[in-house]
Amino acid sequence: MISVLDTAGLEPGFANPVFDSQDTFRRVLDAYAYVGRPQTLVSATAAVGPLDPATAAVCLTLADCETPVWLDSRSNLPSVRKYLGFHCGVPFVDSVERSTFAIVANPMTMPRLAEFNPGTELEPQVSTTIVVQVPSLNGGPPVRWRGPGIQREVSVDVDGLASWFWEDWELNHELYPSGVDVLFTSGNAIIALPRSISGEI
Amino acid sequence: MTGPHDNAAGRSFRQPYNFAYLDEQSKRMIRRCILKSMAVPGLQVPFGSREMPLAYGWGTGGIQVTASVIGPNDTLKVIDQGADDATNAVSIRRFFKRVAGIATTEITEAATIIQTRHRVPETPLKEGQIIVYQVPSPEPLRRLEPRDSETRKMHAYAEYGLMSVELYEDIARFGHIATTNSYPVMTNGRYLMSPSPIPKFDNPKIANNPAIQLFGAGREKRIYAVPPYTQVQSLDFEDHPFRVQRWRQCCSLCGATDSYLDEIVMSDKGRRMFVCSDTDYCTTRRNHGHLGPDRGDPADIELLLPSKIATGSESR
Ligand SMILES: [Zn+2]
Repeated sequence: MISVLDTAGLEPGFANPVFDSQDTFRRVLDAYAYVGRPQTLVSATAAVGPLDPATAAVCLTLADCETPVWLDSRSNLPSVRKYLGFHCGVPFVDSVERSTFAIVANPMTMPRLAEFNPGTELEPQVSTTIVVQVPSLNGGPPVRWRGPGIQREVSVDVDGLASWFWEDWELNHELYPSGVDVLFTSGNAIIALPRSISGEI
Repeated sequence: MTGPHDNAAGRSFRQPYNFAYLDEQSKRMIRRCILKSMAVPGLQVPFGSREMPLAYGWGTGGIQVTASVIGPNDTLKVIDQGADDATNAVSIRRFFKRVAGIATTEITEAATIIQTRHRVPETPLKEGQIIVYQVPSPEPLRRLEPRDSETRKMHAYAEYGLMSVELYEDIARFGHIATTNSYPVMTNGRYLMSPSPIPKFDNPKIANNPAIQLFGAGREKRIYAVPPYTQVQSLDFEDHPFRVQRWRQCCSLCGATDSYLDEIVMSDKGRRMFVCSDTDYCTTRRNHGHLGPDRGDPADIELLLPSKIATGSESR
């Protein structure tokens, strides 16, 4: 017998899916609106294997059967696949460029930004949103962010990114209005980095 | 779980529809579109518009956006032509009260979400507020190019020369740019955008606003956004800079000189009055003791408020 619903070892999702996903969405929206300011997810779930509560909560809120998900080597575990498959019903893809959401639990080994789907001039909205889980949303090298959602500029010091990240980010920003969007997660908090933002070290 | 969540959750189980009417999958799809539209200000993101219990033209796009963002702790204000008591505003407010059990208000400052058609409130919006525009025609290039496939290409390659030609033809014919509503803007220096059917008086309020601005078009199935603190420029020419409408009069009721005024023909003696289109702004000013030349005569106010809706806000 093949067990279709093998729920052994399955971490629970939101306690109240309707209201927890609404509340989480609003905080993600605030993160996109007030770029650079950390937002705390009140309805965060428990950690799922290597995924922090915020990473899991973002997936529960935004991912479903219409959004192919790519997992990096650290998050590509049976426990994570089972969780996202059961609670979100997401299809998994092996190639990053076909993903709507890419989950990165180890930013040091993540693919270069150009490997993700940047969208097209006609459909900039089909690009990949990369959820990049970092050890901390601060304490890293400070980067000056400018763009919509920021008054003048803001200094953000996300920690644990690969050395090439900000170089790649400027190339991504040059593709605007195409390009990927990034959602940094850590613990219960998030910071959004939409493609409209430029980052200067 | 907090109190309001429990209450709302309990209620939703007894009702034949989900919280805020839309099913969760539809909300998720719309939420993803909203985030894309925030990442690319002014980009029209297509979405799978759902059937709503209201006809197109009654703000189904705005309602779906509001339904996807609203939660049990929100306070909703709905305005039509600036008025909270217009039929359309009343029915949308009643709809959300019923399907989401949320609190409503007429006071701009007290609202966390403001759904609007035709106006941006006079009271400046602040961080944490969301304004949702009901958009009948999202495509600023439509009157120049009827084919959707073509307007999409024009946006993709930022080919906006035709729009400038159109506005310049206005200047050639009338000596000034005659467009007064849905006056096109350039958002974040990239996308030409139609700011709903608002009067150009409100265009400057869209730029660098601390609030989140979301636009929903139900019939054409498009969502677009202007994040807080985003550059938004009304199209103009060096020799014909953009100007908002001004009135020689002040508001007859509250004396405001900085608000958008509706001209009302009084039903009694054919008398004309100018009054704030934003009823909350006008009422708040009168409550604070500001009186206009007609001194806020209660008889006048009564005569005028119902007729104001029918008159609409035609600019001069
Ligand atoms: Zn007034």
